[in-house]
Amino acid sequence: MLAYILRRVFQSLIVLLAVGLVAFAMFNFVGDPVDNMLGQERTQADIERLRQQLGLDQPFLVQYWKFLEQAAQGNFGLSYRQGRPVADILAERLPATLELALVSGILALIGGVVLGIFTAIRRSGVAANVIMTVSLVGVSLPTFLIGVVLIYVFSVELGWLPSFGRGEVVDLGWWSTGFLTVSGLKALILPAIMLGLYQMTLIMRLVRTEMLEVLRMDYIRFARARGIREKSINFKHALKNTLVPVITITGLQLGSIIAFAIITETVFQWPGVGLLFINAVQFVDIPVMAAYLMMISVMFVAINLIVDMLYFAIDPRLRLDRKGGGH
Amino acid sequence: MTTQKTSQSRLARAWDSDLAYSFRKTPVAVVSAVIVLVLILGAVLAPWIAPLNPFDPASLNLMNGFTPPSTPNAFTGETFVMGTDDQGRDVFSTILFGMRISLFVGFSAVFLAIILGVTLGLLAGYLGGWVETIIMRVADIQLTFPSIMVAMLIFGIAKGVTPPEYRDQMAIWVLILAIGLSDWVQFARVVRGATLVEKNKEYVQAARLIGRSPVAIMLRHILPNVLNPVLVIATISLALAIIAEATLSFLGVGAPPTKPSLGTLIRIGQEYMFSGEWWILLFPAVTLLALALSINLLGDWLRDALNPRLR
Repeated sequence: MLAYILRRVFQSLIVLLAVGLVAFAMFNFVGDPVDNMLGQERTQADIERLRQQLGLDQPFLVQYWKFLEQAAQGNFGLSYRQGRPVADILAERLPATLELALVSGILALIGGVVLGIFTAIRRSGVAANVIMTVSLVGVSLPTFLIGVVLIYVFSVELGWLPSFGRGEVVDLGWWSTGFLTVSGLKALILPAIMLGLYQMTLIMRLVRTEMLEVLRMDYIRFARARGIREKSINFKHALKNTLVPVITITGLQLGSIIAFAIITETVFQWPGVGLLFINAVQFVDIPVMAAYLMMISVMFVAINLIVDMLYFAIDPRLRLDRKGGGH
Repeated sequence: MTTQKTSQSRLARAWDSDLAYSFRKTPVAVVSAVIVLVLILGAVLAPWIAPLNPFDPASLNLMNGFTPPSTPNAFTGETFVMGTDDQGRDVFSTILFGMRISLFVGFSAVFLAIILGVTLGLLAGYLGGWVETIIMRVADIQLTFPSIMVAMLIFGIAKGVTPPEYRDQMAIWVLILAIGLSDWVQFARVVRGATLVEKNKEYVQAARLIGRSPVAIMLRHILPNVLNPVLVIATISLALAIIAEATLSFLGVGAPPTKPSLGTLIRIGQEYMFSGEWWILLFPAVTLLALALSINLLGDWLRDALNPRLR
């Protein structure tokens, strides 16, 4: 167990080092940082001085190590576009993205599990078939179009919900939340649906498949033979065993929710880190792009690691396999 | 392989093959194929069949701006099947030209991904050792991130490397590079897996014994036998690449407004959604849906028909 954890942590570190190398290369090869920082009137001496100051005259590995040191402390320099420390900008934008990701994650999980159970139990029903077909079409739709349709129906035609922004937010010092105001909650609904819909279909299809598999097992048949009520079989006996893969997949999807938030945030002009990233790409704001990349990869790697360990802890068969396999 | 057969009997043989039979018996596949074919034809023939060239300022009349579909314009009396946008450009024509860019980017990006993925997959599978370790490690790391994010990042980096005065011209090529590079991993994985199986078979050992070079063995012997799954992934990748292109352009990090793709058109149309000019948004969106959905369904059918060990 310990060896497995250590190996996974080591692998995660390698991934982070590799991503760090990409971010470092962006700083050094995409546009000259000296060029970006000095104005039009510069002398050769200015350039040399700044090069020394930034440590650009030192060997590659030394520079890389310094970059990693700085990055670990959350220091990515100034945004080319806004002229403020990147770390500050990210910290100010992060609450918006995390709140959106959290709500759509919960939405996807609840909706996915409920619909998955329903389509598995009423397998041949009309409603279940309609849901399955719709989900199949939904998966192949571009997500940004779903957002556009939501805006058209609920903002333009019905005028119920706002089409952009985060509404009023309450400032809690280091965190700004939209959960505490009516306009903040209203603004959250459409983006959360758009972001959660795709993950919901994934979870729904997974729950359905797992559920159908479990319902065919012997212990379910024996439970039926014992005369236990159908409801109790479905929810107490069957559902429990489908939840292991569902938890792990949901955990892994958390990462992609944060990534796909880029699209949602752009459609709804939601002031989170995704919108910040897109604007950085548009204006080639390298420090922001690099910092976002590092932040996202730390999140992804951490999520993957935690999910792997959860899986290991939940499913005893994995532990047996490893012992038997003699690795 | 008999190469002496005439094209006539080849056609007949193709008609009788299992694949063609399964195609004829699957209405979804036939309908999808027809839709894809019509759209591709429309895109290819756009300069000849489009009523107007939307990018030729001489053919535009600002008075025609915001003409609703199939109703005569109040000032000029001209009619447009799908209406016009703010600058009086015929929406039907912009869609035809936009599809050209969407399809060009999609096909080129998938082509790039196939070349890269198949080459690296063959090398990893056949050579093994540290070559395999490095290639598959990089693939694993890239797979940690959703491909659309990788594409955005590559787009940003490539844009930074291009001098500002060339950025609009190069945008299409940068898009192809970004989507192609974000999509090679799947091809590499599947080809590597198939190569690992093939390389221990007798025909490969025989080829090695008579002293054929590793390059020849990989290209002439192994490659033809691992192409089936590549074809299936390529079809689904094409739909994904078209959607990725549309998404990037919609977000403003893709095709520039001077060379609009379907995604750019939807981005433009979205601005007029609030003021009631629905046709500027609706028609490009429906075209994109039809294109992506039909290619997807075609890919699904192909996967079931060829039935490689994919799932």
